Amino acid sequence: MGAHALPGRLVDGRNMTQPLLIFPDPPPPLLVQTLDFANIPYIAVANTSVAMSVEPADGWAGAVIVAEEDPENAFGICRALRKGDSPVEGVLLLINAGQLSELEQRENLFDDFCLSPFHPKELEARIRHLQYRAGRGSDPETGGYGELVLNFETYQAMISDKPLDLTYMEYELLKFFVTHPAKVFTREQLLSRVWGYEYYGGARTVDVHVRRLRAKLGEEHANLIQTVRSVGYRFGQTRWNSPTE
Amino acid sequence: MEPRNEYVMRTVEERGVRFVRMWFTDVLGKLKSFSITPAELQVALEEGMTFDGSAIEGYTRVQESDMLARPDASTFELLPWRGDDAPVARMFCDITHFDGTPFEGDPRYVLKRNLTKAHELGFTFFVSPEMEYFYFPSETDPTPLDNGGFFDLTTQDIATELRKQTIMTLEAMGIPTEYSFHENGPSQHEIDLRYSDAMSMADNVMTFRLVVKEVARANGVHATFMPKPIAGAFGSGMHTHLSLFRGPENAFHDASNEYGLSNIGQSFIAGLLRHGREITAVTNQWTNSYKRLVMGYEAPVFVCWARNNRSALVRVPPAKANHEGEATRIEYRAPDPACNPYLAFSVMLAAGMHGIEQNYELPTEAMNNIFEMSLDERSAAGIGALPTSLDEAIDAMADSELVAEALGDHVFEYFLRNKRAEWDVYKQQVTPWELTRFLGDL
Repeated sequence: MGAHALPGRLVDGRNMTQPLLIFPDPPPPLLVQTLDFANIPYIAVANTSVAMSVEPADGWAGAVIVAEEDPENAFGICRALRKGDSPVEGVLLLINAGQLSELEQRENLFDDFCLSPFHPKELEARIRHLQYRAGRGSDPETGGYGELVLNFETYQAMISDKPLDLTYMEYELLKFFVTHPAKVFTREQLLSRVWGYEYYGGARTVDVHVRRLRAKLGEEHANLIQTVRSVGYRFGQTRWNSPTE
Repeated sequence: MEPRNEYVMRTVEERGVRFVRMWFTDVLGKLKSFSITPAELQVALEEGMTFDGSAIEGYTRVQESDMLARPDASTFELLPWRGDDAPVARMFCDITHFDGTPFEGDPRYVLKRNLTKAHELGFTFFVSPEMEYFYFPSETDPTPLDNGGFFDLTTQDIATELRKQTIMTLEAMGIPTEYSFHENGPSQHEIDLRYSDAMSMADNVMTFRLVVKEVARANGVHATFMPKPIAGAFGSGMHTHLSLFRGPENAFHDASNEYGLSNIGQSFIAGLLRHGREITAVTNQWTNSYKRLVMGYEAPVFVCWARNNRSALVRVPPAKANHEGEATRIEYRAPDPACNPYLAFSVMLAAGMHGIEQNYELPTEAMNNIFEMSLDERSAAGIGALPTSLDEAIDAMADSELVAEALGDHVFEYFLRNKRAEWDVYKQQVTPWELTRFLGDL
C-alpha cells in the first residue's frame, strides 16, 4: 500500500479528511503530483483485497481508478467498490482515448471519467465535483502541514502538539497558507484573499503579520513561511517546481 | 455573529480561558484593565461593557461618567505568563459613549483619528520604536544590577536571562523584536520592536511595558521606564523610526536624492522640526523626562536633523543597500518610553503631515557637532533648542494649533491641566542635591 507521505498530510488521523482510493499502486507520478498539489489525501492500493483491508473506518471519499495499464483489475476494483452495504460514491476512471469503447455496458461502475493524458486542473476539478455531489465536498474540518494542525471547526492551531495562540487575522492568514501550500502569493493577493478589504496597513500589513506568525511558530518552524524575493510568500516546501514560479 | 467575534468565543471555550481582560489606556498612558468571565463575553463583544470612567485619568466628566468599553476582537491574545492551567486572555478596547459615539478622551481614538486623516491622503503610517529601560532590585532601590557597558557580555548577568525571557514572551504574543542589547547605562537594556502600523504598534508598546515588568517581577526585580533614573548615567529613550507608505511604495524614498529622501520625506522631517517644540510635552510628558534631554548622553537637545549625528532631533539612518526603498525611514529621537504611545505617535504624525501639507522646506543638514557650537553659532545656523523643562514644554504646547487639533479639545485641555499641576508640585520640591549643595554652604 502506498500511503501518501508528503509533509502536507495530516499525520494524526482523528479528524482527517477521508482519503481517496487510488489504483494502481504505485500510481502514475502525474496523478500523485496533482493530488498533492490539490491537497487531497489518498491511499493507493494494488488490488481488491488490499482495498478491502485498508478501507478507513468512515469509508472512502471516492476513488480514482487508472484503467490504462490493467483494465481488467481496474474494472474489478470498480465492481467491488459498488458492492456491499455502502457502495463508494464518486468513482472516477482514468482511461485513454482508445478505451472509450470499453465503457459501454459498464456505466454503473463509475461516476465520471477523464481522458489520459489528463490536465491536472481538469482532473482536480472533476474530483472536487464528484466529492461535492457525494456530499463530501464541504469544507474540510482540519488541515495541516507537517507538525502543524489546524482545526477549522474550532479555530485552534497546534504545532508539535502544543496549542498556538493566534489572533484572528494571524489564524486566517495561516489557514490560507495551509490550504494553499507550495504556491507563491504576492502581498496584494494575500491582502485581497485573506483580509478581503483594504486594511489600514496596506500591503505592508502582510509583512507585519507574516513576521508575527513566524515569531509565534518559533525558530524551529518559522521557515514554514518563506519569503520569495521580490514576489511575496510561499508556505511549505515545493516538491516540484511550482507552476507560478 | 461576526467571524472575528466567533473566533474569540470559540477560542475562549476551546482553551478553557477563565478570564478575559479588557485593556484600555488613560490619557497619561497607563494601562487600565478589568476582567470579564466567558459568560459575559458575547455581550461584551456585541454591545460593550459598562464601566465608570470617572476613575480613569483624563476620562472624567462629572455628568456622564458611565462609558462603554468595546473590545477589539482582532487584538484577542492569550497572556503567555499566566500559564496553561487557567489561561487568561486580553483584548484592547475602544471607549465609547452610551450612544456608541467614540469617546474623545480615548487615546486609541485619538490615534485612529490621526491615522484616518493620513489615510485619506493615501498614506499609511509605520513605526518602529527602540525601547530602553532599566532593571533595579526594587521600586525603591535604584542600584544597578550590574555595571556592564554597551554590548558587554556578562555571562552571569541575570539581566540577560530576563531579557531572553522577555523576548520569548513578546514573540509568543506576536511582537517580533529586532535587536536587543545592553545599552550604555549600567543595568540599562534595549529591545527594538519591528515596524508595524502605528495602531498595532501603540498596542504593542502597551503590551511591551507590561511584559517587561511582569517578567522582571517574576524574577524578583523591578523594571522601570522612568526616563532618567540615575543622574550622571544615560537615560532611557524611545527613539522612534517613522515611515509613510503609499500602497506598497515607501513615500519617503527617492533614489535620485542625495539623502535618499523624497520631497514627502523631506517635508515630513521639516514638519517635525518646525513643530518639534510643540509636541515635546506629549513625547516627553514627565518632569523627569527633561533630565534626560540634556547634553552629553546622546539625547537630542537641539532642533535639527542629520544623517549620522546622534545628538540631532531627527536622524536619517542609512538604509541597507539591498532593502533600498523599503527601509528608508527617519528616526525621531526625543520620545521616552514613559510616554503615551497613542498620543506620541499621533503628534509625530500630525507634525510630519503638516510639513507635507504645507510643503515645508527641509533645513540644511547639521554637519558639525552641534554641542560644540556656541549659542550664537547655533542661532546663526537656525538651530533652536528643545524645551528644557516640562514647564517650557507645556507653554510651547499650549500655543500649538497643531497639537490641539491632533489631540482633540478634550485630551488637549486635560493634558495641559494635568501637566501644569505636576509642574506646580514639582517646582516646590527641595531636592537632595540642593541640600547637599546649599545647606552647609549658605
